[in-house]
Amino acid sequence: MIDIIGLIFITVGFAFDVFGSLGLVRLPDVYNRLQAATKCVTLGTCSILFGVFLIVGFSAAGIKALLCIVFLVLTSPVSAHAIARGAHRSGVKLWEGSVIDRYAEDKEGEA
Amino acid sequence: MKRKRWLIGAIVLAGIVALIILRPFPFLFYPDLPFIGFLGRALYIIILACCLCLYRICRGPTGADRIVAIDILGILIIGLCAILTISTNRSWYIDIGIAWALQSFISTLALSKYLEGKGFDD
Repeated sequence: MIDIIGLIFITVGFAFDVFGSLGLVRLPDVYNRLQAATKCVTLGTCSILFGVFLIVGFSAAGIKALLCIVFLVLTSPVSAHAIARGAHRSGVKLWEGSVIDRYAEDKEGEA
Repeated sequence: MKRKRWLIGAIVLAGIVALIILRPFPFLFYPDLPFIGFLGRALYIIILACCLCLYRICRGPTGADRIVAIDILGILIIGLCAILTISTNRSWYIDIGIAWALQSFISTLALSKYLEGKGFDD
């Protein structure tokens, strides 16, 4: 029974991985791609690792899978934020259909 | 031109679906574990996602696109290591996953500081 629940978690993780990578290919802009890919793929990989923990149980591999979930949840938003900040400061243009750019307004207010 | 691109994409997707339905991933597995057919077929999905990331690394218009795709590729490979842990019943694949997560995080931070165009120490 617990194996079936773990396989359901792993299947949901595969679906999120594929949709995140599809957004990485199909969306028009750096910021849109970052928005789609980072959140989807992080949730999908965390779901796969939680399914592996449910199947393996409280052994060495299961505890390492939980540790890997904690590490991914802590570090993935930090790296996404760093990439977005670096891209905006290096002058990557927004997509022409974008509505608002708060960060540029803030930088104009500072200067 | 657009119709040709749609045709190529449809052919690739049909080939992958046929591959998933017909045969599981052909090596590295002990055949007496449970769910081995499901896991062997599911590895093709991760490989498809990695191929999409490689397309974005090749075709990215700016450097930021390539850095995003490298980050996503690292996270996908952590999932691949987790699947290999339960499908081959060897627990050191998840160690590779943890080490890959650490290295990917640090390299992404360094590449984004390089993209920002300032020094590494502020």
